[in-house]
Amino acid sequence: MDDLWYSEHHAPGVRFSIQTSRQLHYEQSQYQHISVFDSSEFGRFLTLDGVMMLTERDEFIYHDMITHVPMAVRPDTETVLVIGAGDGGVARELSRYPTIKHIDIVEIDERVVSVCKQYLPNTACGFDDARVHLHFEDGLKFIRRVENQYDLIIVDSTDPFGPGEVLFTKEFYGNCYKALTENGIMINQHESPFYAQDAKAMKNAHRCILGIFPVSKVYQAHIPTYPSGHWLFGFASKGLHPIRDLKVEAWKSFGLHTKYYNTNLHRGAFYLPTYVEEALSEYE
Amino acid sequence: MMDQTRAPLQEALLQMKQDRLVPFDVPGHKRGKGNADLTAFLGEQCLSVDVNSMKPLDNLCHPVSVIKEAEQLAAEAFGAAHAFFMVGGTTSSVQAMLLSSVKSGDEIILPRNVHQSVINALVLCGAIPVYINPQTHKRLGISLGMSMEDVRRTLAAHPGAKAIFINNPTYYGICSDLRQITKIAHEYGLRVLVDEAHGTHFSFGRNMPPSAMAAGADMAAVSMHKSGGSLTQSSLLLCSKAVNADYVRQVINLTQTTSGSYLLLSSLDISRRNLALHGPDIFEKVQRYANYARQEINSLGDYYAYGKELINGDSIFDFDTTKLSVNTLSLGLAGIEVYDLLRDEYDIQIEFGDLGNVLAYLSVGDKSKHIERLISALGEIRRRYKRDNHGMLDHEYISPEVATSPQQAFYAEKESIPLERCIGRVCSEFVMCYPPGIPILAPGERVTREIIDYIQYAQQKGCFLTGPECMDASRLNVLKGV
Repeated sequence: MDDLWYSEHHAPGVRFSIQTSRQLHYEQSQYQHISVFDSSEFGRFLTLDGVMMLTERDEFIYHDMITHVPMAVRPDTETVLVIGAGDGGVARELSRYPTIKHIDIVEIDERVVSVCKQYLPNTACGFDDARVHLHFEDGLKFIRRVENQYDLIIVDSTDPFGPGEVLFTKEFYGNCYKALTENGIMINQHESPFYAQDAKAMKNAHRCILGIFPVSKVYQAHIPTYPSGHWLFGFASKGLHPIRDLKVEAWKSFGLHTKYYNTNLHRGAFYLPTYVEEALSEYE
Repeated sequence: MMDQTRAPLQEALLQMKQDRLVPFDVPGHKRGKGNADLTAFLGEQCLSVDVNSMKPLDNLCHPVSVIKEAEQLAAEAFGAAHAFFMVGGTTSSVQAMLLSSVKSGDEIILPRNVHQSVINALVLCGAIPVYINPQTHKRLGISLGMSMEDVRRTLAAHPGAKAIFINNPTYYGICSDLRQITKIAHEYGLRVLVDEAHGTHFSFGRNMPPSAMAAGADMAAVSMHKSGGSLTQSSLLLCSKAVNADYVRQVINLTQTTSGSYLLLSSLDISRRNLALHGPDIFEKVQRYANYARQEINSLGDYYAYGKELINGDSIFDFDTTKLSVNTLSLGLAGIEVYDLLRDEYDIQIEFGDLGNVLAYLSVGDKSKHIERLISALGEIRRRYKRDNHGMLDHEYISPEVATSPQQAFYAEKESIPLERCIGRVCSEFVMCYPPGIPILAPGERVTREIIDYIQYAQQKGCFLTGPECMDASRLNVLKGV
């Protein structure tokens, strides 16, 4: 096999590499570069603008944690809005809940969805559920027109540079608040605390969300292919607390088998390392 | 037809770099090599063309080669007989128009909502302002264009006036009937001077109001650095064939630097080429952005992003649809408050906010996602900060009482007294909200209760007041014994 490596800068002076067997796809869409590779260790993986989005091997961690955490706090969720998530992974996990009635997915780049449908059927299968409605639109523009409509909003964004920029702004989070129903929850991809640039984005997102939602907490997961492997999610709500309002029995009654998530881990995920707590508390 | 694909100044600078000329002249940073920090900050490319006048690069004070050619190309592109490259901002263009058209004791007709640079020029030259009261839009609280009736009446009352000065368009996008005003003023033998600072695009865009040159005006000051894309502080002064350009050059040289920046000059040259080649498409895109934003902002509720529906055939003869001006009064928030919230809460810096309006400056450099951010942030401000709109000051324009000429007042014996005690006295300095930089008080005008109320209200709303010697405007200089 040729010695082909996919490399990505995780920080200035730090690179993360995966040996690849071949590049299956490359294109420049209207918004970004889209690539798909095959590798022996991580299976097939998708990158956008040279940044790892998901690998077949570890995507379950991300998708478990961004979906099941809010569902265990509000198991009665009926309407969900997902922003980003062109790979279908979030939709796949949401589709496992029979009680959800309607899922809107707003992805800005139609090409991401097409490419994932072609090369990543394990996540793109999420789009097949009849409750899933795809909208190819700017997330901020979509949500501006919506009021009091969703029980749960999941913001599965790229990094806050390029097309994902608007999904890290106070005006976006504020519009999410407006779009949520009374006991609504917003979950967002919250960057990482470790490398300086990611940490800055993390702090900024926390600052913006705190200014809008009465409850704004952060939880963590271990994702091997993301910078530093230590990744965060935001849990913001109009009142529900992620641990005090956790409905263990109700969630268990769904009978879902999850490879990463469980209700003990749910509680533990909100206990953060000291340096992360300190960084976040700057704005609290 | 000249070859508008050329940029003679850029070409000369590139040639100079290629020739590897050894610099034993100023500037002392020697193409940046003598100032590593500055070079690291601004870039080597930039410092390498920060050079002085020399034979191959011509001389701004007396152009005979590449600057002359570049100015000729600009003149052709803007439909003028002559164009001057200016390096002191559009302020210098405005002042050159006035100083070359009126002198001490001459009357000049102008609306009161002029930029401070106009009245500054009157301080310098001693001409006497004859103000036309611009109509004020009742609901929006903004000054409009000149009505034909007012122009006719003023011309008849001041037959000896030497010039008329017109803002077209205003900061907010309001246009006067430039062709008609020019025609009548010319019949009276007046020179027509146009502040076209906010209308560079009129010479290039499709379906735009007429530019000053197209309307037959004699001179126009054009802020290339606004919609034209050149560097801050670069500007153009345009003259029609009725104007003696050689005399204008002498006037410009009274106050202009002899070390004109080649960064500014080349930015004018390159931007002119860009406008000449791509202007129609560029401004169509800006109009599309602005029209979209207007429609979306109006659907948020309470905000009023105005457009061509304002046109009344007279004081709003036309509207510049590249402008995105938004009235905020129904929200219970002053424009300046929305302006501050956008920056402090949403990291969005807009052009300005006055008491009732905000203006977001749109250009070809904007991205759709940023327009979405602006619209959404305005929606959020409405959701989070809307309040009762009683007690909002809805009137901007205060008709001035001119007691003496600006020059006399500026140089007269004066004393500093607390703002509250200034009623009835004659002010000897400017008081402005900045931006937009239109004076509330100008030298020689009488201070009234209404004006003091306005100043205090503006201060309380967070406006930045500039002009007075006393920096916080708690005291004003007034004429002694008057």
